[in-house]
Amino acid sequence: MAKGVRPRVKVPSSASAGEVITIKTLISHKMESGQRKDSDGNKIPRSIINHFTCTFNGETVIDVKMEPAISTNPYFEFDATVPEAGEFKFVWNDDDGSVYEETKAIEVG
Amino acid sequence: MEFTRRETLVIGAAAATVAALPMPAFAATTDELIAEFTGGADVAEGGVDLDAPEIAENGNTVPIEVGAEGATAIMVLAAGNPVPPVATFNFGPLAGATRAKTRIRLATSQDVIAVAKLADGSFAKATKAVKVTIGGCGG
Repeated sequence: MAKGVRPRVKVPSSASAGEVITIKTLISHKMESGQRKDSDGNKIPRSIINHFTCTFNGETVIDVKMEPAISTNPYFEFDATVPEAGEFKFVWNDDDGSVYEETKAIEVG
Repeated sequence: MEFTRRETLVIGAAAATVAALPMPAFAATTDELIAEFTGGADVAEGGVDLDAPEIAENGNTVPIEVGAEGATAIMVLAAGNPVPPVATFNFGPLAGATRAKTRIRLATSQDVIAVAKLADGSFAKATKAVKVTIGGCGG
């Protein structure tokens, strides 16, 4: 597991049924592209988060395939429809097999 | 070591071939990636919103926004990067709007391309030139 990986997600705590909300996600990760060289001229091996998904009560909101051209500390902003109260689940998959997860509950009222 | 006229011609032709190779091979990569994404279908120009700064001071983190009405997936390519694919956004049934913002790396001034797969199975594309002051691929 890459060091110091910390997901941060911003989701409103409540919404009305059927409302479209904006979600912002940021995860601290160095996203080593595999193009850089260290001081001895050796290539630093690629180490990135290659996949991100957001689901709500098991249904997909967005699914992103990520390449090395995504910046350090990958940031995504997107919209989601909230049909009912429930839980957003965010999953990031690392090249090394690690999985980072975060969940956010939302109320409808 | 001396060359006959015939040998010189052969060597010259070989050198010219090698010199000519990189550019077409490079240009083919983005076309190939688009073809792979579309399955060889025609791609219409326009109908895709691609928002990126005209001048990016720091190529390490260039904010972009892509969106297309009724898209099921949007692929983003950076034609001038050592590895052109940037990301592919797939929108699920609960996507509130088929748009997304992220931050990308650009090695040098180049075209950013967004190809959207629309709900009816057709494809659309938008291209935006971005000038980069400081490249974002280390090196």
